[in-house]
Amino acid sequence: MTLGLEHYLVLSAILFSIGLFGALTKRNAVIMLMCIELMLNAVNITLVAFSRYIVPELLTGQVFAIFIMVVAAAEVAVGLAIILAIYRGLVDIDITKINIMKW
Amino acid sequence: MGLVIAFWILAIVGIVSAIGVVMLRNVFHAALSLVMCFLTIAGLYITLSADFLAAVQILVYVGAISVLIILAIMMTRNVQRGNPFNKMIIPAFIIVAVFLGVMIYTVTSTPWQISSIPPVEPTTSGLAARLFGKSGFVLPVVIGATLLLSAIVGAIVLAREK
Repeated sequence: MTLGLEHYLVLSAILFSIGLFGALTKRNAVIMLMCIELMLNAVNITLVAFSRYIVPELLTGQVFAIFIMVVAAAEVAVGLAIILAIYRGLVDIDITKINIMKW
Repeated sequence: MGLVIAFWILAIVGIVSAIGVVMLRNVFHAALSLVMCFLTIAGLYITLSADFLAAVQILVYVGAISVLIILAIMMTRNVQRGNPFNKMIIPAFIIVAVFLGVMIYTVTSTPWQISSIPPVEPTTSGLAARLFGKSGFVLPVVIGATLLLSAIVGAIVLAREK
């Protein structure tokens, strides 16, 4: 038995689905950000697997994975700053209760 | 053969710790489970012969982002039982199950054109040539640097005391 591209793609789909489920159903904003990080990492696995199995001499997928890491770092920094600002104002980070911008 | 065993161990540990992020009641335990998942993903990069990405994964995710998340958990309340579900759990489960089924069906039924060339090792010099060399990704690197700078300034402005 050898490892194929499908193993990595199915594993990445499972991790992405777990992250999507958490991002849809969690009420804690920090946990929601953690689930979004999980989804970004699953996409990174897909890119690196495609780069390894389909164009192993070009390394393009690994370059894209580096850019996704850059964007994820920026996203988590700004997201946690927003969560801290919300917590300072409302003393709660339950997403179902943060509805002051709802019309 | 060792690669196959390593892949299966990493896959099982990664999926279990990802489920732990969603299911654990204690937010701090969920964050530690997320760190475990990041570590297994770094191991998966090593099995894909992406050594530089594995090092970057450990430095950025396990080192920096997990510390940031744990800091945010410490500064907000309700660590002990602060990980509840909302009311959308059944529709979300149905959506995710349908999505996962479609993805697995598509992935396993597509005839991928697998290349027979062995992967380049080590990847660091190749990645540097792709990022900074001629006809490379120089402009996206500069845009990424600008994005990081603006994200730092934005985070400071947002989190600052008035």
